Amino acid sequence: MDFSLSEEQLLLKDSITTFVDKDYLFDVRQKNIKTELGYSSDFWKTFADLGWLGMPFSEADGGYNGGPIDLMVIMESLGRGLVVEPYIPNVVLAGGLVSRLGSEEQKTELLPKIISGEIQMSVAFSEPQSRFDLNDVITSAKKEGDSYILDGYKAVVMNGPSSNNIIVVARTSGNQLDKEGLSLFIVDPSSKGVSLRNYSNVDGSKASEITLEKVSTPASSLLGNEGDAFSALEEVIDLATLAISAEAVGIMEKMNEITLEYTKTREQFGETLSSFQALQHRMVDTFMAYEQTKSLLLMCAAKLTDKSDDARKAVSALKYQVGIAAKHVGEESVQLHGGMGVTDETNIGHYFKRLTTIRAIFGNTDYHLKRYSAL
Amino acid sequence: MNLSFSEEDLKFQDEVRSFIAENYPADIKNKMDNGIPVSKDDIQTWQRILSKKGWFAVNWPEEYGGTGWSITQKHIFQNELADANTPTLVPFGVSMCGPVVYTFGTQEQKDRFLPGIINNDVWWCQGYSEPGSGSDLASLKTKAVKDGDHYIVNGTKTWTTMAQHADWIFCLVRTETTDIKQQGISFLLIDMKTPGVEVKPIITIDGSHEVNMVYLDNVKVPVENLIGEEGAGWNIAKFLLAHERTGIGGIPALKREIRRLREITSELPLGEGFLKDDELFMDKLNKLEIDLLAAEYSELRTLAAMSKGGHPGPESSILKIKGTDLQQGLSDLFVEALGYYAHPFMSEDDLISNEGRIGPDFAANVMPHYLNYRKVSIYGGSNEIQRNVIAKAVLGI
Repeated sequence: MDFSLSEEQLLLKDSITTFVDKDYLFDVRQKNIKTELGYSSDFWKTFADLGWLGMPFSEADGGYNGGPIDLMVIMESLGRGLVVEPYIPNVVLAGGLVSRLGSEEQKTELLPKIISGEIQMSVAFSEPQSRFDLNDVITSAKKEGDSYILDGYKAVVMNGPSSNNIIVVARTSGNQLDKEGLSLFIVDPSSKGVSLRNYSNVDGSKASEITLEKVSTPASSLLGNEGDAFSALEEVIDLATLAISAEAVGIMEKMNEITLEYTKTREQFGETLSSFQALQHRMVDTFMAYEQTKSLLLMCAAKLTDKSDDARKAVSALKYQVGIAAKHVGEESVQLHGGMGVTDETNIGHYFKRLTTIRAIFGNTDYHLKRYSAL
Repeated sequence: MNLSFSEEDLKFQDEVRSFIAENYPADIKNKMDNGIPVSKDDIQTWQRILSKKGWFAVNWPEEYGGTGWSITQKHIFQNELADANTPTLVPFGVSMCGPVVYTFGTQEQKDRFLPGIINNDVWWCQGYSEPGSGSDLASLKTKAVKDGDHYIVNGTKTWTTMAQHADWIFCLVRTETTDIKQQGISFLLIDMKTPGVEVKPIITIDGSHEVNMVYLDNVKVPVENLIGEEGAGWNIAKFLLAHERTGIGGIPALKREIRRLREITSELPLGEGFLKDDELFMDKLNKLEIDLLAAEYSELRTLAAMSKGGHPGPESSILKIKGTDLQQGLSDLFVEALGYYAHPFMSEDDLISNEGRIGPDFAANVMPHYLNYRKVSIYGGSNEIQRNVIAKAVLGI
């Protein structure tokens, strides 16, 4: 039993940590999220140059054959830096689906461009009524000759605004909640009948509401077999759940450090805040919450790597724990900062906002507790 | 990173499992499975069986009779013992006094005390707490005054677990009064048969006799029973507390108990169905199971770090807090599961008699266990003290 990272993984961690500490400064990030793009295309290029965008792809697809543990290492480090560049929507979600289901032609067309950072992609899987249930899909796709006609509405699509291609989950057969009958289509957002309402989320990321009205997309845009997308989608979302949990663990580790440092310098009643036992014990509790979550993160990454029978159950255990710990660590960090915690100029509040959106992304505690119980 | 079992690990697991199946005495198993308290003889019988096999002092260095097992093997072993519901190994000799003797003792002391521990011929108890010194252990007042080649010891120890069975007690005593209370403490081994040693039971709220007062009245202790240097006892105490806290989480037993509770939810009738149909109850059970999984992997991380040469440090305080939270949480869920049937009080005689128990078979132990387990967040350094330890050592406050 070995919890240590390999030499390559340590180097990877080191290279991202160096980037985050030296280049990804808080005020630079704050400027970037206020631009129309919402992140830095220069930084995105750096990610590509340093090989981070190619990590999870096979060597045959032009990547570095990285597994869940490598993904965990990347996301934990990006989390510490509160990196807003859309790694998960591009690389884990869209890249994951294309590499699993794509034809040779689709892979050759898209994967090199994802890996080189040339294109941006996203996956439109959620709808207003579906929340976290991947099988709950009303958006329909009907075959007409050599094309499919898409109709429906997709909610809060991460990275929608910059995407050159959007992978849309649509129903080709069956009823609203059926797992069978789901298909994926690679849609050009400039196609006739596609309209995007773009906006910022509170965590600084960008998203879109997407309306599809009689959108005609060629049969060649079908990704994978018709009606057979569910299991691949679930697998990719599970991996993305690991990724976002790792991001949360990185954020919590950083928030605990920032808070501890703050309480060691801030003085009230002639003493530092850290000298008060009531506050010390609360920081011990947030430290333990982080540690507990980190333990489940490592467990889950190992089980996904081994393709264990209980890997999916481990994903839900992890995301449930992330939800509990994120609320605890996030809210306590703000409280221990006092008034400074609720100001826009202090970084802690921005870490808090991202940690809060992560609680719901790919399923909140209620969803994952139910899934855990059912598996 | 690799958390899966190798072929050899799986073979080892089979070996341990078959050994337990073939050697765990049926009468002790029957008591354990039916919630009848095991005797001193039962515990010693089982510990000697392990000892004969060389599987008792698992964590000791090989030169003193340890196993030399890997972390994974130790993990497997503890899980198998717990799965089979074998009696909990009594820690005072093998996990506490033994490591102190082989770490701080002279060769003569090692030769004299270690065989008795590993062969289970000597039953040890721990003389730490005093009526005036609970969490503030260093304020202890039991005095040892040197008189030629002896110390004369006077004082009172309390909460002494299983002192009624003990042959020897290891004690923290004050050999000098200084301004800094952590100084002037020494680590002394005392034969319980020495004149002036008196044990009086303390009955706890579950009705059991587990802990005692130990009175020391002009007890004459040879100077060769001093471990380490005179006045250096606090360091030994700290070393020991860290050792004590790692095992204190009791994770393997919790895993067995939560599986048992899950089975029970399918057996206990509720309306026209079973307790498992109560979603609110099952939510609590599932939450606790996830928490336990996290604690289990936290413990494994600590053990893995230790296997690379570290001693259990402040991380053991985290395990103590999490483990005892879980122990109390699970004991409470058992009580909730039973409803009214948690209330009837069964004496040991009632449990053994043929009259039949009141309510479900397993019910008799549930409330006593809940009551008894209030102790776990208090002993071994209360959980509040553990938070102080973590604040100081991990957070650097």
